[in-house]
Parts: sequence; structure tokens; C-alpha cells
Amino acid sequence: MTPILEARGLTAGYGPSPVLHSLDFAVPAGGVTTILGANGAGKTTTLRAVSGLIRATGEVRLAGERIDRLAAEDVARRGVAHVPDGRGTFVALSVEENLRLGAYTRRDPGGVARDMERVYGLFPVLAERRRQQAGTLSGGEQQMLAISRALMLRPSLLLLDEPSFGLAPLIVREIFRIMRTVNESEGVAILLVEQNASLALGLASRAYLLETGRVVVAGSAAELGANDAIRRSYLGY
Amino acid sequence: MEAFLHQVLSGLATGGIYAIVALALVMIYQATHLVNFAQGEMAMFSTYLAWTMIDAGVPYWPAFAATVALSFVLGIAIERIVIRPVEKAPVLAVVIVFIGLLVILNSVAGWIYTYTIKSFPSPFPTHRILGGYVSAHELGVMAVTMGVLVLLFVFFRFTPLGLAMRAAAQNPVSSRLVGIRVGWMLALGWGLAAAVGAVAGMMVAPIVFLDPNMMAGILLYGFAAALLGGIDNPAGAVFGGFVVGVLENLAGAYLVGTELKLTVALVLIVGVLVMRPSGLFGRVLVTRV
Amino acid sequence: MDMTDRTWRRIGLAALLALACLLPFLVSSYRTFQLTSALSYAIALLGLNILTGYNGQISLGHGAFYAIGAYVAAILMDRFGVPYWATLPAAGAVCLVIGFLFGLPALRLEGLYLALATFALALATPQILKYKLLEDWTGGVQGIVILKPDPPFGLPLDQDQWLYFFTLVVAIVMFWLGRNLLAGRIGRALVAIRDHPIAAETMGVDTAFYKATTFGVSALYTGVAGALGAIVIQFVAPDSFTLFLSITLLVGIVVGGLASISGALWGALFIQFVPNVADHISKAAPWAIYGLFLIAFMYLMPTGIAGFLRTLAARLTRRPSRR
Repeated sequence: MTPILEARGLTAGYGPSPVLHSLDFAVPAGGVTTILGANGAGKTTTLRAVSGLIRATGEVRLAGERIDRLAAEDVARRGVAHVPDGRGTFVALSVEENLRLGAYTRRDPGGVARDMERVYGLFPVLAERRRQQAGTLSGGEQQMLAISRALMLRPSLLLLDEPSFGLAPLIVREIFRIMRTVNESEGVAILLVEQNASLALGLASRAYLLETGRVVVAGSAAELGANDAIRRSYLGY
Repeated sequence: MEAFLHQVLSGLATGGIYAIVALALVMIYQATHLVNFAQGEMAMFSTYLAWTMIDAGVPYWPAFAATVALSFVLGIAIERIVIRPVEKAPVLAVVIVFIGLLVILNSVAGWIYTYTIKSFPSPFPTHRILGGYVSAHELGVMAVTMGVLVLLFVFFRFTPLGLAMRAAAQNPVSSRLVGIRVGWMLALGWGLAAAVGAVAGMMVAPIVFLDPNMMAGILLYGFAAALLGGIDNPAGAVFGGFVVGVLENLAGAYLVGTELKLTVALVLIVGVLVMRPSGLFGRVLVTRV
Repeated sequence: MDMTDRTWRRIGLAALLALACLLPFLVSSYRTFQLTSALSYAIALLGLNILTGYNGQISLGHGAFYAIGAYVAAILMDRFGVPYWATLPAAGAVCLVIGFLFGLPALRLEGLYLALATFALALATPQILKYKLLEDWTGGVQGIVILKPDPPFGLPLDQDQWLYFFTLVVAIVMFWLGRNLLAGRIGRALVAIRDHPIAAETMGVDTAFYKATTFGVSALYTGVAGALGAIVIQFVAPDSFTLFLSITLLVGIVVGGLASISGALWGALFIQFVPNVADHISKAAPWAIYGLFLIAFMYLMPTGIAGFLRTLAARLTRRPSRR
């Protein structure tokens, strides 16, 4: 079966010198893949290259079709929802307006209304705050909003950039539980970038370890979890 | 007392025009954080287009509608062709391009239509009503202003496109990630500003008469209004427009006479910028150094 | 290489000076008058360039300082019988003070807002000059007519030629002072404030003082130019000092070259002679051309004529050494 996302020789950066050096990775259809790595390894850059926020060379295929030449807005229109680092909240807009924006490209008002109720079901706290300005939400609530906004696109692939960043463990666990639900019950594939390796490996089936812009280890999540080097540097036991 | 009341009322009427101009300025500021120095000349040019149609025998309101539509298209074209290439350039370069645009519009209008003053019709009767306090044209201007305001409010508050425009102005990266074509939203902002400016031009032309320099003073008061209300706050800008209109009229009648109208605007602008740079209702002023 | 560069520049300057001294004997007195007026523009452009080009403070209202300089000269000559040459320091001093004072509140205005405030100043200037309470001094709408000075010491020059040489000497002095100001520590501080305002502040540059003083000095230059302009044209009136004068000055520094001393000269020649040529097409044509040049230069040649000549010279001198 064709993977939902496949990157070959992906090279990208911000100036003349690339940050990513010819990455190969894939997300199986309906699966969860994680990219691990320390700060500055190139995790965020990888997601930006996939979603078209920065220019990249190499091939990126979404369900077999090339998307590496597309602008970010067109990648989004093909069903790739990117939850960026820093969450990308529209702070001056209300929670509900943030969600409506997530569904901006959709032309099925009925479906949008149903999805709105669905994400409110997943994150009841957002339903309570639907009229509130999004900038007034707590960090955890903003992360939930960011994920919900992405889900409103009805994506086939979700790109998540460090959803655990700066949040209390309890909230992080809640968010990961809901992402598992989204993946398992709705078949949304996920490409997850994380520093918290144990959480990420618990959710993912495939995993890659990134060091200074290169894939140094690739394999199943179980294999990476058992790798001594990774255990020592990223899992801490 | 009656004279005073009359000054206030007619101040509110001109204030309506300033409010519309201020609104056009705010619209472009919100989207791009730039102040469009060519806004007045764009409105002037639109008014000449209306004049051409009316002169050719088109009835007023169809000409009005056509002018608004045409201005919308021209505004988009200006953004795409002239402004787009300097979008990320330093402020100085952008200001210079705006001034270039101002000069071109002004001279092309002079070239085509000459610098002689033309009269421009009002769709409203000119006689005084409400016991002579206010002319029907002034009342009509106020009604049109309120109409424009309500339309814009509904558009930005309740339509997906309006929401997308607000989003694009606020957070372009996140907007792209949900599929909004941010570049087009900016162009749309310019189109709307041009259309709104056209309304202001057509409303003020019966009072100040039509000539290529007719909008200079009005633009200045539009600036003052936008700054007073907070240049990132549409409702504040409208309020600022009415306040500035009344202030102008009262200052003209009781303080300095009409010869110093522009100086009053200068004092207002510098005063607001120095004492309360975010305006009465604005958020903290964001400046691009 | 550095030596030859400097030698070449000296030879160029000497040739330019020789040409400048010869010109009034080669061309008609009307052309001489135009050249004189271009020289006075050059001084104004240097002033605006110090502020906008070097220090990054956008002024769309320098026509106001040009107007103040012109009126100071005209009023002193007309009402107080002050000799024309003595009005220049007075015009400069008045503009220095007014510029500094306008620069103080302007300190708080970054980029766009300063542009806005000065734009308003430019629009309001003609009205203020017409104001009836000032009429005794300014002559209201009629303005003031002043007399053309005769050459002193029985020099064998006509009035236009004398005024040309007088302006030339003033221009040389102002450019020499400007060059010394901008080439050294102060010039570097101005550019640092323009490009890295926060870093400049942390490195101990007194940004506020520099900016206000720069505004004052810039106004001084423009004021002296205005005074010269008034003497040359023998007439001041409010409607010569509209927004479009300020825009003309802006066109001058953009076309000549932002943050360039020689650019002021190129810009002055441009704004003096191009409208004359374009005027034959239509009354509106000079302005249409100005507008097109403003936008075209920003897109295609943001360093102006001076920058273009610099790259051209660099290319010409580099070619032989490469082979």
C-alpha cells in the first residue's frame, strides 16, 4: 500500500547552507510516524519543508502525488494539516473563529458544523470557551485549540510539532490520549516531531532519529525504543 | 447656541467623510501595517471615473455602483502590480512607492481631466431640513457613512472571507497553513479600501468640488481620525472621524478661522502621535523600525 | 589601488570644479540661472539625505524648511534691509532651531509615523504662510519680491554669473562640511542608528540626541538652500512651497542616490532639468515622470544614479586587474 507521506532526498534550509541533508522517511497510510532528535536537529524544519512553508529540494509525495513544489496553502488544501511550533493561534480571534478558520477551505457547511461539535466533544474545555479570545487561553488549551483547528480541515495527514512543549505532564498525557483516538478511530495519519521520546514512541509505529539534519537511525518504534544509544540519550534509562 | 448646534451637526456630516477615509486607511494598515499615502488620490481618481460616467449620461446611482466596483478592481490591480514587489522592503522604500503612486494618480488625473474645477452632483437634495440645521446632502452623507460601516462590519464579522482577511492580517503563517491565500487577502484589502475611498470621494466632491488636489486636506483629516481612534481599530477610526469633523468645524468657527484648517489637522496629528500614539481605542502601536 | 582610487577622485573633482567655473561663460544667462538654482537644490538635497538617507528618518515635509529659509531671507532683505549674504546664516540658524524642535517630538515617531507627521507639515505649510496674522511679514498670498544683488568689488560679471559663483562657493563649503560630518564617527553613528537602532543604543550612542540634532542640521542645510533659492528667483510666495516641493526633494534624493553625497548633485540636476524638458509635453507630464521615476528607481536602481556610477566605476577599474 502506498504510504500517505513519503520523502526522498529532502534537503532544505533557511539561507544558503541547508539544515536538512537528503532525508528519507515515510508515514504509512493511517499510521503514526515520529521524528525524534535534540534541539536544533532539524525537526521543525522537516515539517516546514513538508508543508511548503520553506523551499525544499528532493521529492515529497502525498499518497503518491508530488507536493514538494506546492505553496503551503495548496498543501493544506490537499488535506495536510500542520500544527506549527508555538501553536500558531490567532490570538485576537475567538476560539470558535479559530476553528472556523481551520475549515476555511471546506465547502460542506453541514460537515463543518458536525466536526465543530466533534472537536468540542474531544476537548470540552474549548466548548466552554468558544466565545473567548483565543489569546487568553492557557498553554494547554491553546495546544488543544491548535490540534482542533487542524482537525477541522478533515486532514488525511496531521503534522504535529512538539505538542508536549512547555505543558504540564497531565495535560500532555491527555493530549496524546486524544491523538491516539483520532488516529485509531478516524484513520488520520500523523507525523509527530518530539523531544519527549518515550511519549512519542508510545504513540508511533515508525520512528526516525535526526541528528544535525541527517537521519541516523530508522526503524519501528519498538526497535528504536530498544536501541541502547537512544535509550541513553533520549529516554534517560 | 443655534449656531453652535449647526456647527456641530455639519461637523458630524464632514466627519462622516473623514470616517470613511479613516476606515480605508485602517483597512490597509491592518493588513500590511502600512499607511497608504496615496489613499486620497485613489479616491480622487475614482470620483473622476464617476464624473465621466455621469457626464456621459449614466444616472447617478448606477454610476455610483459602477465606480465602486471599478475602484475595487483598480485597488486590487495596484496592490498586485505596484505594492507587491516592495511588500518586504524597508519602510522608506514603501513610503517612496506610495508617494510615487500619489504623484502619478494626481498628474494623470490632471492630464486627462485638466486642473479646472468641476462641479459634481449630489444624489440628495441641497435644501436645508430639520429647521435649517443641516442640509439634506449632509444628512445623506451621514446615512451613506452608516451604511458603509454596517456593510463592512457584517462582512468582516460574519462572512468566511472577512474572517480569513482578519486572520491573514494577524497571523500570515497560520493562515497559509489552513489554506488561506494570504497574498490575495492583502489585494482584497486594497480593493475594499479603494472602493470605500471611492464612496468618500463621491460624497465629498459636491461640497469641495472636483479637482485633482481635492482630497489632500480630507486625507489629512482622515489620518488624524484614524490616529485618534487607534489606527488598528475600525470602530475607533470611525469615532475619530466624527470627533475630528466636529473639532475642525468648531475650531474653524470659533478659534482660528477656516484658513488654517490644514494646520489644525497637523496639530491634531502631531498631538495624538506624541501624547497618545495608540489612539483612544487602539492596541499598543506596532512600529516597523 | 587605494592610492590610484584617491588620485582619480581628486582629478575628477578638479575637472568638475574647472567645468563648474567655466560653465557660466559658455551658456546663456538663463541657463546660468538654472544652474544656480540646481546648486541650491543640491544643498537642500544633501540636507534631506543626511536625515533620510543616512539617518533613516523619513521626511515628506522638507519643503517646509526650504520655505522657512526662503522667507527668512526675503523678510530680512525686504523689511530690514539686511544684505543678501548675511541672510544665509540667519536662515540656517532659524531652521536649525525649528528643525531641532520639530525633531524632539518626532523622536518618538518611528518610520511611518514620522513620515505621516512631516506629510501633514508639508500640506499645512502654504496655509500657514498665507495666514492673515503673519501677513505683515510674509506678504500673504502676494508673497515678497526681492532684488537681484549686483556683483561686488567691480567684478566683471553680470548679476546671474555673480549669483552663480556665490552659490557655488556656498555649495562647496556646505558639501565640504557635510562630507567631513558624514565620513567620520558621526556619520557612522547616524548609519548605525538607521540600521540597528537598538544595538546603537546599547553601544552607547545617544540615539535621541543624535536624531534631534540630525533633524536640526538637516533643516539647516535645507533652510540655507531655501534662502539661496529665494535670492536666485527674487520672489517668495506661499504656493511655491506645497507638498509637491517636498516630493520634488524626495525625488531628488531617490534618483540621485540615498545616503550618498554626490547623489545630492545628480538629484539636483535631475529635478532642475527633467521637468523643463517634460513641461513641453504637458503641464502634468513632469509629475507623471517623477512618479514613474520614484517607483522605477525603488525597483530597479535603489542606490540611485550615484550608486549606479559607483558600480560602473568599480567594474571599469576591476577589469584590467583581473586579466
